[in-house]
Amino acid sequence: MSDRSHERNDALPAGTLAPAFELRSAPDELVRLGDFSGRRLVIAFYPADWSPVCTDQMALYNEILPEFQRLGAALVGISIDHAWCHVAFAQSRNLHFPLLADFQPKGEVAQAYGVYDDEIGMSERALFTIDEEGVIRWSFVSPIGVNPGADGILASLESMPAAQVPA
Amino acid sequence: MSVVFERPRLTLPVGERDHVLGPATAPVTLVEYGDYECPYCGAAHASVEQVRQVMGNDLRFVFRHFPLSQIHPHAYQAAEAAEAAGAQGRFWEMHHLLFAHQDRLGLRDLIGYAGALGLDLERYVTDVRGHAHADRLREDFLSGVRSGVNGTPTFFVNGIRHDGGYDAEALLEALRSEL
Repeated sequence: MSDRSHERNDALPAGTLAPAFELRSAPDELVRLGDFSGRRLVIAFYPADWSPVCTDQMALYNEILPEFQRLGAALVGISIDHAWCHVAFAQSRNLHFPLLADFQPKGEVAQAYGVYDDEIGMSERALFTIDEEGVIRWSFVSPIGVNPGADGILASLESMPAAQVPA
Repeated sequence: MSVVFERPRLTLPVGERDHVLGPATAPVTLVEYGDYECPYCGAAHASVEQVRQVMGNDLRFVFRHFPLSQIHPHAYQAAEAAEAAGAQGRFWEMHHLLFAHQDRLGLRDLIGYAGALGLDLERYVTDVRGHAHADRLREDFLSGVRSGVNGTPTFFVNGIRHDGGYDAEALLEALRSEL
């Protein structure tokens, strides 16, 4: 198990404008960062569908989804798997949030967020919270074999100023 | 890696709200976050029972709910059933029945267990169907999330997450190191 990510953490820090992306969640469905403008977004980069730790992590976030939503945030997962693979994985785990395919060019979005691991050819296990204006408010890189849980995400969402609720 | 990451701590202390086995004065408290439909929790249940026997009055055991209902379709209702039995003073009897029958957790089964325990069935069914204990289940679940529960079962030994195994031997070793 490598904890290289701690020696070399290039993840975009809080205060950076989140890089735009346009990725497939299904073979015929595109998801863009801009789709979430005016809302908060949680991005969970993870190495691969089906691997044991990722499966636990995504299952956990799936359960906590209502809590993210209560705090005004949507959630997406991003890995280098193909959209067809994501569809099968999401179905098998009954996931209720989109998994995005950072497949072609491979890992381009993970690179842009500073969380692509060239040696293993997958993204790191990294979390970002993004505010209503598209600014990163928190980022975290976990050792690849360690499930980072959701405490950090919830703490970050709770620390953001209250969302402007339209009258 | 243990140098980088401190083991998470239980954020909601054990208190009046909890289902507890063993004396409050016990030197070691074991808290489990579990799911009645999770096979790993079923295995852990047997370990906990062994450990409780061996430790006797040195151990206080607490169970909190962490149902992964999107993977285990009966887990949430089973947790409600345990709480509904708890409202009639029979939490632990139901807890043991649920782990003994992990593959039979449909509503009809849950009512059968309540009947076997001689519960007030009308009240029990009203509680389960009406989600009477939803707030408590949510509090259990979120307290787990905030304490670093990332899957089930997750144990805390005197308030610190136990990252080792949960066979009886591994649990005993962790618990005894606190004595």
